[in-house]
Amino acid sequence: MNSDLAISARGLVKVFNRGQTVRALDGFDLEVKKGTVTGLLGPNGSGKTTAVRILSTILSPDEGTAEIMGLDVVRQSDAVRRTIGLAGQYATVDENLTGRENIRMVAQLTHLTKAAARTKADELLERFKLTEAGDRPAKTYSGGMRRRLDLAASLVAEPPVLFLDEPTTGLDPQSRNDLWEIIEELVAGGTTVLLTTQYLEEADRLAQDIVVMEKGRVIAKGTPAELKAQLGTTVIEVSFASHELAERASLLLANLTPKAPIREGSLLELTVENGPKIAAEVLRTLDGAQVELLGLALREPSLDDVFLSLTGHRTEIKPEQDTAKGRRTRKAKTEEAAQ
Amino acid sequence: MTTNNVVAMEKLSAVERGLWVFRDMRVVTWRNLTASLRIPEAIFFSSLQPIMFVLLFRYVFAGSINVPNGGNYVNFLMPGIFVQTVCFGAVATAIGLSEDLAKGLIERFRALPMARSAVLAGRTTADLVRNVFVLFILTAVGLAVGFRMVNGVGNFLLGCIVMIIFAYTLSWGFAIIGLRAPNAETAQLMSFPILFPITFASGAFAPVSGMPGWLQWFAIHQPVGVVVAATRQLMCGDSVGPSPIGNPVFWTLIWSAIMLLGFSWLAVRSYRKVD
Repeated sequence: MNSDLAISARGLVKVFNRGQTVRALDGFDLEVKKGTVTGLLGPNGSGKTTAVRILSTILSPDEGTAEIMGLDVVRQSDAVRRTIGLAGQYATVDENLTGRENIRMVAQLTHLTKAAARTKADELLERFKLTEAGDRPAKTYSGGMRRRLDLAASLVAEPPVLFLDEPTTGLDPQSRNDLWEIIEELVAGGTTVLLTTQYLEEADRLAQDIVVMEKGRVIAKGTPAELKAQLGTTVIEVSFASHELAERASLLLANLTPKAPIREGSLLELTVENGPKIAAEVLRTLDGAQVELLGLALREPSLDDVFLSLTGHRTEIKPEQDTAKGRRTRKAKTEEAAQ
Repeated sequence: MTTNNVVAMEKLSAVERGLWVFRDMRVVTWRNLTASLRIPEAIFFSSLQPIMFVLLFRYVFAGSINVPNGGNYVNFLMPGIFVQTVCFGAVATAIGLSEDLAKGLIERFRALPMARSAVLAGRTTADLVRNVFVLFILTAVGLAVGFRMVNGVGNFLLGCIVMIIFAYTLSWGFAIIGLRAPNAETAQLMSFPILFPITFASGAFAPVSGMPGWLQWFAIHQPVGVVVAATRQLMCGDSVGPSPIGNPVFWTLIWSAIMLLGFSWLAVRSYRKVD
């Protein structure tokens, strides 16, 4: 395989059978270059987490192969486990143990010596600003602290490859920002990161490469800039007082742009090459037809727009899942997989 | 390939690997015990339940249960209560594993270069330690309500060891339930329909001679019946009647060996298949 690659996967298939058959992965391919951050983007149930679980040796694939730093995830799983770190949206810390005990446990199970585990725990607590809370049970931690602890524990072996499964889902903006800064530091230190996320903003900020998934497959990939360029350079948002007006305007404006305007409620979006010129035409057309508009704005396309144009629907972000406490039942998992 | 200082297990000799497996198991055992020490309420109430059993049977039923050879009912009862208690300890194995699965801790373990078997062995070993602790308390309570080690302290301790071995193998069986149940509550609910018949239809609380013939046969030969007989023989000799089966200690060890092999094989298989 190409020695520049930290992660490579070819034709991964994973089928779950939970009452009904779900093809969680359906021919999934991925290449991540060493020292880069790749964002795996997609709605709930698109197969992101299944992909990470296979790449981190938790699950074995039904079909296809995957390698981490040249090591096969099935045949050399032990070696892969020494090469990777995994931190998840479900913050897998033992809430009855203190932060320090959690890190020491993971360090010992990663086969560091007891003394090395002790030093490592102190060092990581310090680095993740958890020294003061280090001797308190993790159940007293806030959501952001749990995520930091989870991430700290995944770094005990200084793994060259790190998997972050929705690292900031359910966090408040401040904690999210803190975590982003930590991840950026790791990447600056040369760690390869595969990040799954539902937040387009997160992929946009952290990832050099983005892979968009839906229904277990890759439906698009490229740099954030490339993906946005597929769309056009500017989005014109026109808002109206009612759905009906927006609908009427949509028909009137259909000829102005190569892509049909997208209507969402009383909001109309046009993705165009030449923003200001088309915006002027929009105003003239609507004025001529005496359709009154509430507002008009020009903006850069976001990854959300990319997703919308690729799949025909927006990423379905459910802001308050039961993830705030870092728990999920296996029933919930099944439901996610079945979506 | 790896840039870190982690030991490469597959390059080690079998003996060194075995030592690492043992070390992993010890770390997981430590974790389970530490975690349960952090919930003193759980320890308190889980010890309270067997104490209630002792008091209820000692004072409510003692008068209506006839012990063979005119033996002392408290002496007859305590080995049964001991066995019932350590068997119910296996529920903790099912609940503990189920909770770890739900919290995602098992996922973390599975992505670490640790021994696969250590998660299960660490759980069952922690539950063994807990059983030893509960036996200490129960012994004290038993002595307070009139139990006497009529066959000597040595044989009493042997009886404890035999039932602890048996309970350990039963824990592996309940590990399978923990790994397959959809959540901890269900794991607990699934455990009781198994535990109640095998602990109550066992001669633990009343002599098997009072049961109908078909049930008597079951009570005598099923694993818990055999352990009750073995423990009672070691702790009381023949003072509360002869064992309904010859060589109960031998049969306990046979049952334990069969259960350990079968259950651990199935449990490891379930562990690998968890998704």
